[in-house]
Parts: sequence; C-alpha cells; structure tokens
Amino acid sequence: MADNRIPTVVADDAHVIYKVNSSAAAGSGSPLASFKRLVTGSSPANVREVHAVKGVTFVAYRGEAIGLIGSNGSGKSTLLRAVAGLLPVARGSIYASGQPSLLGVNAALMNELPGERNVELGCLAMGMSPAEVKAKKDGIIEFSGINERGDFASLPMRTYSSGMGARLRFSIAAAKQHDVLLIDEALATGDAKFRRRSEQRVRELRAEAGTVFLVSHSEQSIRDTCDRCIWLESGQIRADGATDDVMKEYEAFMRK
Amino acid sequence: MPETAVAEAGAGISLKELARRNGLTASGRLPSLPEYTRQLWSYRHFIGAHASAKMTSSLGSTKLGAVWQVLTPIFNAAVYYVIFGVIIGTSKNVDNFPAYLCIGVFVFQFTQSIVQSGINAITGNLGMIRALHFPRASLPLSVALVEIRNFIVALGVLMAIVLLTGEPITWQWLLVVPLLLLQSVFNTGLALAGARFGSKLRDVKQLIPFIMRFWMYGSAVLYPVTMFTENDKIDGWMLTLIESNPMLIFIELMRHSLMEDVPLAGTPTSLWIGATIWSVVVGLGGYVYFWRGEKGYGRG
Repeated sequence: MADNRIPTVVADDAHVIYKVNSSAAAGSGSPLASFKRLVTGSSPANVREVHAVKGVTFVAYRGEAIGLIGSNGSGKSTLLRAVAGLLPVARGSIYASGQPSLLGVNAALMNELPGERNVELGCLAMGMSPAEVKAKKDGIIEFSGINERGDFASLPMRTYSSGMGARLRFSIAAAKQHDVLLIDEALATGDAKFRRRSEQRVRELRAEAGTVFLVSHSEQSIRDTCDRCIWLESGQIRADGATDDVMKEYEAFMRK
Repeated sequence: MPETAVAEAGAGISLKELARRNGLTASGRLPSLPEYTRQLWSYRHFIGAHASAKMTSSLGSTKLGAVWQVLTPIFNAAVYYVIFGVIIGTSKNVDNFPAYLCIGVFVFQFTQSIVQSGINAITGNLGMIRALHFPRASLPLSVALVEIRNFIVALGVLMAIVLLTGEPITWQWLLVVPLLLLQSVFNTGLALAGARFGSKLRDVKQLIPFIMRFWMYGSAVLYPVTMFTENDKIDGWMLTLIESNPMLIFIELMRHSLMEDVPLAGTPTSLWIGATIWSVVVGLGGYVYFWRGEKGYGRG
C-alpha cells in the first residue's frame, strides 16, 4: 500500500463494553432489593454488560468512504459511536484526526422550535460563527428540500414527517466540513430524490479530503457511495476490502 | 481477508506509532481546564441561542407567553403572603412584612428554579449530546442564562412591589447590581454541579423538591430572621450554621439593599464577605466538578 495516504482513523484492537438498563428482572425492582444494592454497593441487577465490539483493528484514510455492514446487532452503530468518542473503549484504543461527527437519525434537536431555528442552533452547536450560520442557513434549508411543499421551515419540527426531520438533520450535519463524518442509517429515510442528492453530498465531502463512514442496510446505497467495506459480525471484523468483494461474501453469508 | 488492515499498517510501524506520526488523538480525551474554558468561550453564541430557544419553546405553547415571566413570581408571592402573612401571622416585629416576604420568595425562587432545571440540563438533552460535539458545560450555562434573564424581569416586579408598599428609593438600591452578580455566579455553580450529579444519579431528581423545601424553611424566607437570634434554644454552633447559609445571606443582603431599617442576622460587611466567599467557592467548584466529568456525559 502506498505510504503517502494519510490515515484519519486508526482503531487498534478496540473493545467496547457498554451497560444497558434492561427491564428489571423479577424481584430486582422491590424496595428491599434496591436497598440491598445501595448498602452493598453492587451494580443494579437490571444493568447488564454487553460486549458489543470485540477487538476491531483497521486504518481509515483520507478520501475514503467506508461502508459498515453486518446483520442486526453486530456492533456497527456501537463502533461508530466509539469512533465519535461518545462511548469509551474498554481495551485497545481508537485514534482520530480532528473531531469525528456522528450523524444519526436519532439526533434530536428541539422539536418545539421551527426548522430554521433548529438550523441556526445546530450550526452553532457544530462550532460555526454567527456570520457563517447566516451565510449557510438558506443553503441548508434548500438542500433539505423541506420547503418543497410550502413554508415548512417556519413550522415547529414536531409537525414534520420522520423523513423530513431526517433530511433536515442530514443537511445540517453535512453543511460543515468534517475530517471524519459518521453516518448511521440516515440516508435510508429520505425519498429517492433526496437519497440521490445526499449521496452526491457524501461524495463531495470525500472529495474535500474527509473520510466518511456509512452504516446502512441498503446494499444499493453502500454500493453507490462506498469504495471500501468493513463487514462486522458479532463484534468482530469478518472482512475488510473493496466493496464488491466484501458484498459478494456478505450476500453469500446472508443467504445461508 | 479479515486481517487486511493490520497487514497494510503493520508494514514497519505499530498502529500507535502510525496514529502519533499523523497527529491523530485518542477520542474521548479530557481537555485541560484553560483549553476547556477557551472552547466554551468560542461557543458563547451557541449558549445564547440555546437559552433563547429554550425560553421560546417553553412559553410558546401558552397563550400569554412572556407575560408569565412576570405573573409567576407575583402569584408565588401572593400565595405565601396569604398563608404566612395573613393567616398564620409570622410578621412579628417587621414593619413592612409584604415587601420583606416578597424579597425572600423572589430571591429564593431564583436559586430554586436554577437547581431544578440544572439537574435536567444533561439528562434532558441526551439526543443533542449524542449527536453533536460541543463543550457540555454549554447546556447548564444556558439553563443559568435563562434563569438569570427571568430573575432580572422578576427583579423589576419586585422593585415595583417594594415601592408600592411604601419603601423609598435610596442609593442603597444600587447594591442590587453586585448582589445579582454574586448570586448568579453562585447559582451557575449549583447548576453545573447539579447537571453532573443528576446525570450520574437520576434518583437525585426525586429528592430535589424536599431538599429545596427544607432549604427554604431554613433560610428565613417566610418569617423574620430574628426568630433565630431571639430563640434561646438556638445558640453557638447551630446559630453559626444557620447564619452561614448562603441563601439566608443573599436574602438578607437583598432586604438590606431595598428596605429601610430591616433587622439583619449580622452586620452588612460580614454578610457581603460571606456572599463573596460562597459565590467564588460554589462557582469555581461547580465548574471544575462539571469539567472533570466532561467525557462521561451522554454515555451508557
């Protein structure tokens, strides 16, 4: 491999273990059991540890778009959140250039506020200056296409359909130049027209010398946007390479 | 096939070395305190925008909107006046009890509302925290900003009440400005500390109403402060403890600034010194405590 490629994300035998509050098991919610936990200092019975990512190692380079595939619960989203620095790694380490940004469909802004106020707020939260926000605001709203059916930008976000909300969130996050952009299932929500536009934007972001990670169950959007694929299965990498090769293996595995 | 990434990077140097040479940093590193403060300063526009956004969205669904900012403290004072001033009659030897009571209620309300919303500053914004990177202290700070703005409006109402009850305007009224500053710093420290505490232990939220009520009854809000000093059972360390209560100090100082001839728990100088110490300790302490937990917010 050429040495002049610049790495942006390095994962070195990363393990992620997180705690989940599962619904309480029988008896663990009683006052007596809670009191016992308080006194003995033991962790609550309804908190379980999930070892979601087990020793993942890879290097991502500038200008790459990497698709993360795998069956449900294979640790894709967890890995993204660890790369973004939102979940701590239990063992090993993850290094990244700049501050990776995670863009997920759940990235809730303020639902009571109109779309345009959310655009301003989201841009400021990404560290833009007020002047930059002013310059980019109209572009973001236009890109999201929420105004195609009338003036939705001035209506509260709770009145939006789920697709419209996801489109606006994607547009806000994509307005900024990221060193590393992590996209979790976000492209799947929009309609076909928006998907084409957002895939185009992902390509632009790559061209502007960033690295894009994409988690998706849509084979088509992975094939269209990513040149490299990492296949995760129960927290471990099963394959890592060119999209076509990995997809072929993955499809063969899924048909079994 | 699974080992491709290792193979290509392993041609010479370790992954750690590769990351170091290209200036990559481990994600989730805690910035130093000056660095954090600088980051926070560069997010000041976000803090302001978030504060006004919250204000709009909380009052947006009511018909009267911003009028509630004035009405809420008035109703609050009216309820306490009827119960404690008229029915129970705790006024004793205070000449202008309505003004005396209102000052206590308003000043305490300022701290109370900041604590209540500070506890939720992190847990109520998890979606935002998990999606975007910004210094997390922006959230409790924006909470504090909302409450400080609300209090400035309430202060206007309070001054009107005090005037209507027959107090004159004197030069001492200017002392309200430094007092507002000190209490704001104190409250912001509480909001920061509460935000981290509430994010770690959600059970705290259930306890807050009781803690605040106990604190209020101990801060001479509803009865004259002389009830402590004239009580024979309270002396020595207990009296010292009661008199070093920061809320008692802030309320006393506000009464001293806005009213003539109020009985005070201590000399004005000692009260001002106490208020300054409390503000610096709680303000700085809260900030440092919150910063220490910066990387843990929104996890799990």
